[in-house]
Amino acid sequence: MFSITRSAAAALIAGLTMSAGAALAEYPDRPIQMIVPYPAGGGTDIVARTLAAELEKELGQPVSVVNRDGGGGIPGQTAIARARPDGYTIGLIASDISLYAPQGLAPLTYIDMTAIGQTNELPGSVTVSADSPYTSMEELVAAIKANPRTIKGTGAAPGASWHAGFLGLMFALGLSPEDVIWVPSQGGTKGHLDVAAGNSDFSTASLVEARALIEGDKLRPLATMAAERVDIFSEVPTLKEQGIDYTYGLWHGVTGPKDIDPEALEVLNRAVEAAANSESFIKALEERGFKHQWRPGAEFEDFMQEDLGRMQAIFSRLSQ
Amino acid sequence: MFSDLMSAVALVGSPETLFTIIVASFFGFVVGALPGLTATMAVALLIPITFLLSPIAAIASIVSAAAMSIFAGDIPAALLRIPGTPASAAYMDDANALVQKGEAGYVIGASAVFGTIGGIIGTVILIAASPLLADFALTFSSFEFFWLGCLGLSCAVLVAGDDLLKGMASLMIGLLIASVGMDYTTGFPRFTFGSWALLEGISFIPALIGMFALPEILRLLSQRAAVRKLPEGAPGSALSKIGQAGRRYWWPSLRGSVMGTAIGALPGAGADIAAWISVAVTRRATREPEKWGKGHIEPIVAGGSANNAALAGAWIPALVFAIPGDTITAIAIGVLYLKGVNPGPMIFIENGSMVYAVFLVFLLANLMLIPFGWLGIRIARLVLQVPTTVIAPALLILACLGAFAINSDMSGLLIMLALGGLAAIMNASGLPLAPTVLGIVMGKIVEQNLMQSLISTQGDLLAFFDRPGSALLGVMTFAIWGFVLLRSLFALARRRSPR
Repeated sequence: MFSITRSAAAALIAGLTMSAGAALAEYPDRPIQMIVPYPAGGGTDIVARTLAAELEKELGQPVSVVNRDGGGGIPGQTAIARARPDGYTIGLIASDISLYAPQGLAPLTYIDMTAIGQTNELPGSVTVSADSPYTSMEELVAAIKANPRTIKGTGAAPGASWHAGFLGLMFALGLSPEDVIWVPSQGGTKGHLDVAAGNSDFSTASLVEARALIEGDKLRPLATMAAERVDIFSEVPTLKEQGIDYTYGLWHGVTGPKDIDPEALEVLNRAVEAAANSESFIKALEERGFKHQWRPGAEFEDFMQEDLGRMQAIFSRLSQ
Repeated sequence: MFSDLMSAVALVGSPETLFTIIVASFFGFVVGALPGLTATMAVALLIPITFLLSPIAAIASIVSAAAMSIFAGDIPAALLRIPGTPASAAYMDDANALVQKGEAGYVIGASAVFGTIGGIIGTVILIAASPLLADFALTFSSFEFFWLGCLGLSCAVLVAGDDLLKGMASLMIGLLIASVGMDYTTGFPRFTFGSWALLEGISFIPALIGMFALPEILRLLSQRAAVRKLPEGAPGSALSKIGQAGRRYWWPSLRGSVMGTAIGALPGAGADIAAWISVAVTRRATREPEKWGKGHIEPIVAGGSANNAALAGAWIPALVFAIPGDTITAIAIGVLYLKGVNPGPMIFIENGSMVYAVFLVFLLANLMLIPFGWLGIRIARLVLQVPTTVIAPALLILACLGAFAINSDMSGLLIMLALGGLAAIMNASGLPLAPTVLGIVMGKIVEQNLMQSLISTQGDLLAFFDRPGSALLGVMTFAIWGFVLLRSLFALARRRSPR
């Protein structure tokens, strides 16, 4: 750190105004805040902090990560949408944004934000306890069909991330979600923990969140919800391989408030693209088991629109 | 194993790591001593810096900052009745009462020494029994956590002292505050009045600052005397008094350390809950109940040992199963992944030297408490000489900063003001604040685990006694409540009967 004396600052401002005429100083001329709607140390937070470090190099300004967690991500995502659109507040959002409007939780969708770029995906999975009688999806599905309303699934709070993945899976299997008791859990790790502790029968959260428990012979993965096998869990088959035509994953991406300053957006678009495709960012993601997936602004917006449509379909079918 | 240990010594002994431990300790000291800035916040603030460090130095910075800030939180609690971190609130009354008797050096020194002892016992347990204890922690499901939460709430009544009704009333206020926010199972907003800032519930830190700091600042401001005159403490050096306390209260310290490690190892229960439960148990078991609340060292011994031990305990499930024992280890796991070290059962085989290095760092970080404790005593002498006209406004600024920093917006400040007002009313009507704080801390744990359990058994209450661990904890909870109820009935009967 170095301190700026008053006269030096005055000289700096004078110099800038002279060079840029009456126009504003070039963006970015001060630190940028990146809001993460989830707690520090979680999956979203890791993505954000790794990206922020790369983004700092691109923008030449500090990028400070602020965790606004709780409330299913609604307060944090709302804070991003309502931030001053000067380009100094951006956010790293998760797929939960497609879940609020279909359930009437909050009038907040991708339309309230400016898409800057998608960074990654995180496919769901089906895991059971290591001493569970089920060794394949077929056996688990047969058990659900044979004894409806006794098998317990978990992985998220109702209406959140992995629960939406579970609902879609049930519909894809031609079953009613009512056939399984959904045990709410605070996030994927806690869901896996409930399965390992012998309460719930299966969890639909990601393999990433189950990794250490699988290595420690506490959990048995039955399937990944990814389209193809995941590199670091190459022994786990996909649902498609087991005859179930279904994929589901969470995603993360960078957004800003609606009507963000166009000059700032241009700089941000370039910087985020470079940071999200940097070697160290990709390496950090893949080491944890995330799937790197870059979609630039417009493409990301289309993707979010599709995602919202899919979730709308699931939840309107549920309320029928 | 031996070669792992040697390379661990080399890792920790490198100038980078040693320097990091000292700097991070100092940083943790400052953050912990500032009211409203928690150990978790100290660690979160360190994350950007850990990017630049080697893996072991990164972990060393987290461990040292956390251990130091939990201890440093005791300093403002003792001197100003404002807990620096939530973990210090459990034994604040006695610590402050001792300072009022002129024993500031004794209190802070004892807090550092027993913090060190707790931390080291916790580390020894971490080294000796990690895989075993992690397996144990993994058997806890929502049922066990529900009963544990109930036991925690019972502590509110146990620490409340003589007036059971006032303790209960205060606890209910805390539970009401904890119920603000989005309903856990249905997503329905409760008591939010349409404000999205309240959806996430009442943030704990602004609440804590409001309840403890604001009334205290008001009291300081209304005092006439510019400089507080404290009596001379009892004769004898602080060091010899700490030695005496150690000989006399070695059992509460040991019990607090072991309990703290066990509670810390449970996912979702951290240093603050460990301190509360240890103090409550010690209060039940004490041979000198008459001294409590009037400046007694025993709660400081029990609580100070427990909260530092809990920090080590939290690493047990974190290292073995990548399950965070508290918010600090949640961050640490993230940093470990970033550094390419994957926590899990394989870490002991693949990264043996890393594990030993973490253990060594724990020992070093806890030993750092002693020199910083000495620094704390020096600073205490200065703080106590500062006129209240200077200290009160400075605290007000710090309190506002702390409340604002949690979310970087105005909602924290408003919560602080509202709960500050509530605390002032409660103080005036003689309601103890501690049970309210406990209600806010434990309310969500109890509710979420109750709902999760009820849904998974489809409303079958007997299932709460199905699992052996759950049954044991349930019976303990009923035993405590039954005992308290019987005792108050006896007291009532005695008052009714003719003298």
